[in-house]
Amino acid sequence: MTVSTTSKHTALHDEHAALGASFTDFGGWDMPLKYGSELAEHRAVRSAAGLFDLSHMGEIRVTGPDAGTFLNTALVGNLAVIAVGKAKYSLICTPDGGIIDDLITYRLAETEYLVVPNAGNAPAVLAALQERAAGFDVTVADESAETSLVAVQGPAAEAILLELVPAAQQELVTGMKYYAAAEATVAGTRVLLARTGYTGEDGFELYVPNARAASLWEALLETGRGHGLIPCGLASRDSLRLEAGMPLYGQELTRDLTPYEAGLGPVVSFKKAEDFVGRAALEARKAEGATRTLVGLRGLGRRAARAHYPVLADGRRVGEVTSGVPSPTLGHPIALAYVETGFAQPGTTLDVDLRGRTEPFEVVPLPFYQRQK
Amino acid sequence: MSTVLPTLRYSAEHEWIDDASPAKIGISQVAADTLGDIVYVDLPEAGSTVTAGEACGEIESTKSVSELFSPVTGTIVEVNAEAAENPALLNEDPYGAGWLFTVEVDEEGPLLSAQEYAEANGGELA
Repeated sequence: MTVSTTSKHTALHDEHAALGASFTDFGGWDMPLKYGSELAEHRAVRSAAGLFDLSHMGEIRVTGPDAGTFLNTALVGNLAVIAVGKAKYSLICTPDGGIIDDLITYRLAETEYLVVPNAGNAPAVLAALQERAAGFDVTVADESAETSLVAVQGPAAEAILLELVPAAQQELVTGMKYYAAAEATVAGTRVLLARTGYTGEDGFELYVPNARAASLWEALLETGRGHGLIPCGLASRDSLRLEAGMPLYGQELTRDLTPYEAGLGPVVSFKKAEDFVGRAALEARKAEGATRTLVGLRGLGRRAARAHYPVLADGRRVGEVTSGVPSPTLGHPIALAYVETGFAQPGTTLDVDLRGRTEPFEVVPLPFYQRQK
Repeated sequence: MSTVLPTLRYSAEHEWIDDASPAKIGISQVAADTLGDIVYVDLPEAGSTVTAGEACGEIESTKSVSELFSPVTGTIVEVNAEAAENPALLNEDPYGAGWLFTVEVDEEGPLLSAQEYAEANGGELA
């Protein structure tokens, strides 16, 4: 256990400590790694529900008449066309097409968006947005320090929310589609309620001012317990997102990679009119094709591959693992890896060098795990 | 806080060893708690020889992999097949059902008393 004195604390840090969490540094924040068993936390999200503190994520509000065209210039996706109350997954790239971050953007009003970057990238995203805002009639406001974010994820998430919203908002919750968001009152607190997540399950994310975060957390925990909800840390968040085949910035996504290596080509919109940052480089990369591709690997043995382990074909290095874990749900090792495009076909058998001994892995389609709908 | 059993001795690499002959070896609760949920153990084979301070297996949790170091030099007598089959035993009962192997000891490596180990690693004697 390392105790960091420089990491930032979320508004819920005392709650986590009281629940007996062990902490880890993540993106400059002292975050709960787990409260008890990370496997139990993982399974709770798959079978009932888990409660996560995600307040380390950034929140950047973009407001003004040019908000849509500005975001279309700053990000690779088409944000101007999404409906009010909807969200979209997007990327922000460098002029040479490298990925600065992946982010969720909510359209809250005709001229108002909320951009949510990863914790460690929030300063870089803010700086890029501010720089790219020159000449547009928009305000870019960093609200990260004042805003908390908690997530309720799992099949019981909706039932838990329904107990905590007023009668008049029951239909707002039941009718809310995946990747939609609306203002709601949860346990007496006004929140931005979004049906988004990073676990492969149904679930909600709640944006709330710091001052109201602890009471909201406690209400969700108390009401949720009756539905099997437990608090969950970053260890289970990582194994859950990996089973769902979702990339993590710093592992699968970096500035050295473009969306085309990462399998995120469809996120890039060349149809939009704006000459967005990275456009020329990404058009060229799309035309020439990526030489490396992100693939899913299923372990045929029991030992798990881990980040940075070499991927081999007939003894020759053809790639590298970016994330790997023994899948708690599937019962076998799973991993994400970049491999030479010629080895990316599902069904291809490759070896992973696990600390000097190789184990066979098979390329499989993503995601590894998909919930029953 | 993780428990350190006073009747055992410990290596700096978090293995415990008892005073029986052959000696029984496992990992401390401090190690099990730090690793998190253990999902795979790779143990030496019965009849093979191990060397004090050298890796003789692997312990894998959902988050990480650690090498298993032998605290003594000697010959493996018996391997706990139940722990290999159900590695959660290392978390649930590291000093009991989660033992790893027994070894006919030729020579001990450096070992700590329970008190020394607890002081160095933040465990609680119990």
